[in-house]
Amino acid sequence: MANLSSATPLVRPEFEHITVEAGQIGEVERPLSLWERLSNIDWLRKAVILIVLGAAWEAYARYAGNELTFPTLVQTMQALWEATVHGPLLERTLTSLRVLLTGYALGLFIAGVFTTIAVSTRIGTDLLSTLTAMFNPLPAIALLPLALLWFGLGIPSLVFVIVHSVLWAVALNTHTGFLAVSETQRMAGMNYGLRGVRYVLKILIPAAFPSILAGLKIGWAFAWRTLIAAELVFGVSSRSGGLGWFIFENRNQLETANVFAGLTAVIIIGLVVESVVFRTIEMHTVRKWGMQR
Amino acid sequence: MTAIQPVDGLSKSDAVAHSPLLSVKDVTLQYKTREHIVTATYRVSFDVFQADRFVLLGPSGCGKSSLLKGVAGFMAPVEGTMKLNGRTIDRPSPDRMMVFQEFDQLLPWKTVLQNVMFPMLTSGRCKRKEARERALRFIDKVNLTKFRDAYPHMLSGGMKQRVAIARAMAMEPDILLMDEPFAALDALTRRKMQEELLQLWEDTRFTMLFVTHSIEEAIIVGSRILVLSPHPGRVKAELNAHQFSHAEQGRPEFGALTQRIHNMLFAERIEEEALSKAGAAHG
Ligand SMILES: Nc1ncnc2c1ncn2[C@@H]1O[C@H](COP(=O)(O)OP(=O)(O)OP(=O)(O)O)[C@@H](O)[C@H]1O
Ligand SMILES: [Mg+2]
Repeated sequence: MANLSSATPLVRPEFEHITVEAGQIGEVERPLSLWERLSNIDWLRKAVILIVLGAAWEAYARYAGNELTFPTLVQTMQALWEATVHGPLLERTLTSLRVLLTGYALGLFIAGVFTTIAVSTRIGTDLLSTLTAMFNPLPAIALLPLALLWFGLGIPSLVFVIVHSVLWAVALNTHTGFLAVSETQRMAGMNYGLRGVRYVLKILIPAAFPSILAGLKIGWAFAWRTLIAAELVFGVSSRSGGLGWFIFENRNQLETANVFAGLTAVIIIGLVVESVVFRTIEMHTVRKWGMQR
Repeated sequence: MTAIQPVDGLSKSDAVAHSPLLSVKDVTLQYKTREHIVTATYRVSFDVFQADRFVLLGPSGCGKSSLLKGVAGFMAPVEGTMKLNGRTIDRPSPDRMMVFQEFDQLLPWKTVLQNVMFPMLTSGRCKRKEARERALRFIDKVNLTKFRDAYPHMLSGGMKQRVAIARAMAMEPDILLMDEPFAALDALTRRKMQEELLQLWEDTRFTMLFVTHSIEEAIIVGSRILVLSPHPGRVKAELNAHQFSHAEQGRPEFGALTQRIHNMLFAERIEEEALSKAGAAHG
């Protein structure tokens, strides 16, 4: 090895290039090959995974051959079709969604009020952080017995637990997002004479939008889970029960394919909201703005 | 303290004719952190007159940005007063548009064009159509017409800075506050922007308060230069530089002024070094 302490840079000959016209470089811009383009399509890659998983399911179920505990994919799909077209599945789903949206909207509204108080006063900030620290770790479903005690067996109880599951996640994320807005952007906004509500609407909310959106997504997932779980515990009344009740009912009647169909419906709705609704919002906001990859 | 030296080159009637647009008197600015108080500037005074190209010049950390934030209304002085048109500055306002030193001053959810139009619309300065025309005109002036529909994250640092300059200028504020707007640009673009800025000034004769730590830029851009001492910033001198532009850069007077400012900024360091050496020798 060379003695580093006496190392000197190697003197090399100088050169100058005449830069070639960019047009001659050929590959400044080039269409991707078909394979590259196909493998760049998100949903296509995921669809392939889904197909593989579906095949594995079908193969295992056939191998096990026990309809009561593990129906095949085909049977499940048949049951799903039957229950949707002739059975109560669609109605049950709508009931669930209605309750969910009510709770979600109410939760967002309260979260908005909370964060407004939190950004405008210091005591509000303390209040919000204490409350979120207390209630965030508490699974909403744990409040169900209490809700039943207060609101009785019915939709208000469900809405109550959903609000609880949405509220803290959204409020916490929104508030964190507000706090993270850069000082320069705040000053720029104030420089235009924006103040109060206009300042929050035109500067803070768009600037904090990545975390607000993350909060909305987490809130949605929490709410959906909580609702299904709550419905599993009690069905409101058997005629107007939701998806969870559908699953519970069919388990009692040992209609396992229907149970699977109900679960599939839960997954599909969750997926659609995640990958269609929220993704569309994402594409047209934070990704377009380069605030999130 | 050195005695104030009279400067020639400005006829007396000129100076008397106006009253200052911006008057800063004995301003001390402080930051309160959790542990201690940082004094950014100490008893700084200066007057900016209509159509001045007033430059704040000083080494890094001497409180130039802080002074600008004070004038913009983001920071209240703990001592002294700042008045614009005789009214004490107590809050930010679109009559003092600021170009920040930082690159994240554009709103990422708006395109270049929307960014430039935004302050004109929110401050109610002009209607949508007029705002659009003005925005396009100033975007053209900073050579970004091709990028007017791009989002800020697709621009380079220097391009973002040019958008911010266009945005501030389109507002035609009483006073334009610019915090090292050209620091991120390459030498050629910087020179072009300086010329462009001076040309714009020739056209509209706006007033600006310009921060830089480049002596050369201060002399070229400024008509008057406030030289600040290292942290905490105190006034060292106020000099005239209205007679210099790019064309005079080779002249001996230009070199002499550069040297004079250089010595002013440098003297402190030499003294400090001597002091610390003496201190070390004692200790
Ligand atoms: N937010 C802050 N909190 C605490 N101290 C600060 C803050 N901002 C600046 N300071 C301090 O105030 C002093 C002046 O800072 P300022 O940003 O005004 O300097 P500057 O002259 O603009 O420097 P530069 O040329 O590097 O931009 C510095 O010593 C810095 O440590
Ligand atoms: Mg600065």
